[in-house]
Amino acid sequence: MLSRAANNLYWMSRHIERAENAARMLDVTYRMSLLPYRVLERGQEWADPWALPLVITGLASTYYARYPGKLASDNVMRFMLLDATNPSSIYSCIQTARDSARSMRGTITDEMYQDLNDFWFKLRSFDNSRIQSGVSEFFDWIKIRSHQFRGVTFGTMLRDEGYRFIRLGTFMERADNTARILDVKYHTLLPSVSDVGGAVDYYQWSALLRSVSAFDAYRKIYRDAITPMKVAELLILRDDMPRSLHTCMNEIYEILRVLCDASQREAERLAGELHAMLHYGRTQQIIEFGLHEYLLEFIKGIGKLTDEISKDFLVPVYPAHAIRTVAINAE
Amino acid sequence: MNLPGKIKTAATHFHNEMYDGAGAPYFHYTAYADWLASRSSDFMQQKQKEADTLYARHGITFAVYGDEGGVERSIPFDIIPRIIPAAIWKKVSDGCCQRVRALNAFLKDIYHGQEIIKAGVVPKQQILGNKLFRREMQGINVPGDVYLHIAGIDIVMVGSETFYVLEDNLRTPSGVSYMLENRKMMMRLFPDLFATTPVAPIDHYADVLLDNLRAVAPPGIADPTVAVLTPGSYNSAYFEHAFLAQQMGVELVEGQDLFVTDNTVFMRTTHGPQRVDVIYRRIDDDYLDPLAFRPDSTLGVPGLFAAYRSGKVTLANAIGTGVADDKSTYTYVPEMIRFYLGEEPILQNVPTHQLGKADELEYVLAHLSELVVKEVQGSGGYGMLVGPAASKSDIKTYRARILENPANFIAQPTLALSTCPTFVQSGIVPRHVDLRPYVLSGKTVTLVPGALTRVALSEGSLVVNSSQGGGTKDTWVLEQ
Repeated sequence: MLSRAANNLYWMSRHIERAENAARMLDVTYRMSLLPYRVLERGQEWADPWALPLVITGLASTYYARYPGKLASDNVMRFMLLDATNPSSIYSCIQTARDSARSMRGTITDEMYQDLNDFWFKLRSFDNSRIQSGVSEFFDWIKIRSHQFRGVTFGTMLRDEGYRFIRLGTFMERADNTARILDVKYHTLLPSVSDVGGAVDYYQWSALLRSVSAFDAYRKIYRDAITPMKVAELLILRDDMPRSLHTCMNEIYEILRVLCDASQREAERLAGELHAMLHYGRTQQIIEFGLHEYLLEFIKGIGKLTDEISKDFLVPVYPAHAIRTVAINAE
Repeated sequence: MNLPGKIKTAATHFHNEMYDGAGAPYFHYTAYADWLASRSSDFMQQKQKEADTLYARHGITFAVYGDEGGVERSIPFDIIPRIIPAAIWKKVSDGCCQRVRALNAFLKDIYHGQEIIKAGVVPKQQILGNKLFRREMQGINVPGDVYLHIAGIDIVMVGSETFYVLEDNLRTPSGVSYMLENRKMMMRLFPDLFATTPVAPIDHYADVLLDNLRAVAPPGIADPTVAVLTPGSYNSAYFEHAFLAQQMGVELVEGQDLFVTDNTVFMRTTHGPQRVDVIYRRIDDDYLDPLAFRPDSTLGVPGLFAAYRSGKVTLANAIGTGVADDKSTYTYVPEMIRFYLGEEPILQNVPTHQLGKADELEYVLAHLSELVVKEVQGSGGYGMLVGPAASKSDIKTYRARILENPANFIAQPTLALSTCPTFVQSGIVPRHVDLRPYVLSGKTVTLVPGALTRVALSEGSLVVNSSQGGGTKDTWVLEQ
C-alpha cells in the first residue's frame, strides 16, 4: 500500500491510543488527588500526583511555559484535555486521528469513519466546565470510545496491510505508555521506605494497576498483597495481560514479521530483539539490572523501532540503486 | 398529496418537465405522479430528513472556497427524481458523444497540424493567443489519440424537446460521485419505485472508467497500474476523488506519493517503489509539475511532464485541454463537428456574444440587464453576472470589469431554463435545473445512461452550481 496511507493509519491508531492512555493516567491522578495525601517533602515536588501526567508524557516544560508558577490541578486538566495548542491533549489526539481517517476514507471502512467522526464531533462539544461536572464520567467515555473504535476496526476491516498498520500503531503506543507509567510511578512510589505496606502505599499501587486495567487481574493471579516486584512482573513479563510489555511486543513482532515478508528489514530484527528480551526475561534479572534502567532501555528500544518503522515503511527514502533495479524489473 | 392543482407556477413561461400547462403530468412522469399523489406530505418530509441525515453521517461533503465556517458541508439533495424519456436521452447521448469526438479531434489537430486554422474555420489568435493553449504539447502523441478521457457536458432544456449545450467541461469535471450516490440514496429511500419504473442502471460507471483508463496505458504494458491523483483532503472535491479511487479499486495518490526516475513514474509504497502507468489526475495543468509549469506548486510531481512527453505515463485528461472548453472556443464547436466529422451537430449551442468583437460588445453593454455575462475561463459559477437578477450597482461594477478587458468575457441570452418539481420547506415547488452527463473515452466514446442534475434551490434562481447554493437530484433515464 501507499506509504502515506500506512503512515496515516499507523498514526491514527497511535493517537487514539494516546488519548485513551491520557484519560487513564488523568483518571487515576484525579482519584488519587481525592485521597488525604501526605505533604510533599522538599525536593520531591515533582512527585505531586498532578505532575505525573506531565512527566510521563514528557510535556512538563511545555506546560510550565504555558502555565508558569505553581502547579494547579485545574490547569493540568485544561492542558491535557481540551487544549488545542497542546498536540498531545486528548482533543488534539482525536482531531489528528480523525483528520487522518478523513484522508483515508477509501482505505478504512465506512463504519470506522462514522464512529471516529462521531467521536470527534461529540468531543468538540465539550467544554471545561462541562467536564468538571463529571470528571470520571468523561474519562470513562474517552476509554469507551477508544475501545469502541478498536472494536469497529476489529469487526469490520479487511485483514490487509492497512489493518496491520493500525494494530501496529496501537501496540507501539501502548508499549511505550505502559513502560513510562511503570517507570515514573515506580520512582514516586519508592522514595519513602517508611510507607511500604502503609495505606498510602496500597492506594498508590492499586491506582497504578487500575490505570492499566490490571487491578482485578493482579488479585486473581497473585491473591496477595501488592508488591512492586509482582506489579513489575505483571506489567512487564506476563503475556496474558493485555497491556503488558510482553503482550505488546508479541503483537508488534508478529505484525512486523508479516509486513516485512521475506525482505530483511531492520524494523523486524529490532522488534525481534525487544521481543526476546521480554519473552526470555526473568523478574529477578530485571530487579538486579535495576527496574528503572531496564525500562529506560525498553523505552529507548521502542523509540528506535519507531524510527525504523518510519524509514522502512512510512516515509521511505529510496537509495538510487534500489529505484533503478525496480525500474528495470518493471519494464 | 394535493399536487397538480396546487403547484405554484409563478413563472408560467418556464417549461415544467413534470406537468404540462394544464397541470397534468407528462406521459413519462405519470407513474411517478400517481405514486407521489398517494404519499402524504409527512412521509415525504420524513424521507427528506432521512436523506439529509445519511448524507451528513457518511460525510458526503464538498468544501466551499472562501467560506471559513463551512469547510465541509453536505451538498443539498432533493428527493424528487428528474425523469428523462428514452427518446430524449438518445438525442442527448448521441449529441454529447458527437461533441466529444469533435472536441477530441480538435485537440489532436491544434497540437499537431492545425488544419482547422489553415482552413480558416477557427482564427489563429483564438487558439495560439489563448492562455490555456499549451505550446509544450505541440507534436506530442498521446496513447490512442485520446485527450478527453472524461468530459462533462452541461445541458439546459428550455422546452420538452429543445435543449442547448451551455458549456463543455474538459479539464477535470466533477460531480459524478453525486450522480452515483444520489442513485444509491434513492434506491434506499424508495425501493418500491425502482421495482415498478424501468430506470436505466448507472452503477457500472467506475468499471467503464477503469476499462477506458487501462486501454490508454503506454504501449507494451500488459497489466497497467492506474492511480487517481488528488490535490489532497482539503480540496473541495476530495470526497469524489477518494470515492472514484475506491470504486475503481486503485490507489488515491497525492503529489508527494509519486516520484519520477528515468522518466518513469513511481508510487512510494510500503513494499518499495511501484510503477504507475495511467494517472487520472484531478489537479489542474498549472500545478502538475513544478519543473514544467508553476514552480511554486507543491501539489505536483517534479519530472511528471518529462515522463509524459516521453510516453511512459498517460495522463487523463491530457494536458492542454483547457483551450477547448474555454467559453470563447465554445462558439466554434458546431463548426468543429462539421469540419472534423462531416456531420451536423445534434445538440445546439446557446447563441453567444464574444465581447472581444466591437459590434457585439456594443450590443451587450446596451443590454446588460437582460443577459448573462461570464468570464471565458471562469468555472464553478464564480464571477458571472445574471443580468435580470442583478442590481443597478452590480451591473455598473460589472460593466467596468468588462471594459478593462472585453475579450475576457462572453454574453448569452438569459435562458428560460426548465424547472422540475422540488421538495422545499413550503412543499413541492418548481425549481430550475440543468443536466451534466459524463462522456467517457478510451476504448470507445460512451456514457452511462445517467447524469448529474443540479437544481437551483432558491426561488427564481438560475444558478445551479453547488458552490452557489445549488442542490442535486437523481436523474432517471427511462429504458423505454
